[in-house]
Amino acid sequence: MQADDARLVARLRAGDQVAFATVVRQWSPAMLRAARFHVRTHASAEEVVQEAWLAVVRGLDGFEGRAQLRTWVFRILVNVARRRGRAESRVNAELREPTVDPGRFRDDDDPYPGHWRAEAAPVSWGPEPVLLAAEVRAVLEKGLAELPERQRAVVELRDVHGFDHEEVCELLDLTPANQRVLLHRGRAKLRGVLEGVLG
Amino acid sequence: MTPRDIACIELVELLTDYLEGALPPDEVAAVEAHLETCAKCRTYLAQMKATIEALGAVTVETLPDEAYDTLLTAFQDRFR
Repeated sequence: MQADDARLVARLRAGDQVAFATVVRQWSPAMLRAARFHVRTHASAEEVVQEAWLAVVRGLDGFEGRAQLRTWVFRILVNVARRRGRAESRVNAELREPTVDPGRFRDDDDPYPGHWRAEAAPVSWGPEPVLLAAEVRAVLEKGLAELPERQRAVVELRDVHGFDHEEVCELLDLTPANQRVLLHRGRAKLRGVLEGVLG
Repeated sequence: MTPRDIACIELVELLTDYLEGALPPDEVAAVEAHLETCAKCRTYLAQMKATIEALGAVTVETLPDEAYDTLLTAFQDRFR
């Protein structure tokens, strides 16, 4: 460890807030830029930087000084950013698919492109008690069990167990936007399942 | 300002953000303007809500009974 670096690490380990605030202010802009390379949105990059600093705070005692402090901090940052980037691209792949069969909507050369085709439009399911019938519930339970794991986790926690969106984001390590994408896809699929028996 | 026109195919993908209160005000206006004139999308929205409602009543998998027994025993032993 170089002398400056060793002094800085010692100050940080001793809980010197000025030293910490200084490095956070100095290094965060570059960290933000590097994070942004891996993730889709600026907000997501900010979260990554924050998460990386928290990991630094937690790991400070384990820093062995084999690399420069800055190198070590950025290595943590990149790990967090890559992990987040991979999670986002998984969600994005899921996001691209429409949740309703595009064949149910009018073609682009129709006077009302993208509107429901009369014969394929959703039909009312009738009075609510129908939904509580045992057979309908069984179909819904089966549909839930067949959802992709990530969608199933979000839908079950939100709609079956009644957790709020913040709790779910925290539990599943999701950004609010990704949580909504998974919720939307899961719910839309289950609507389709119910439509199969009720529509 | 008149809200922008959205087609049904787009509307169905905005509904969760709409229900979650995650849309910006101009998009909320666009969604609501569409719903006002489109009975089919109103039906679709009602079905989404009904699905959410019905999910509140389903039974989902939990720990096997043996696991409960093990846990209860461990808890009782702790205070023996």
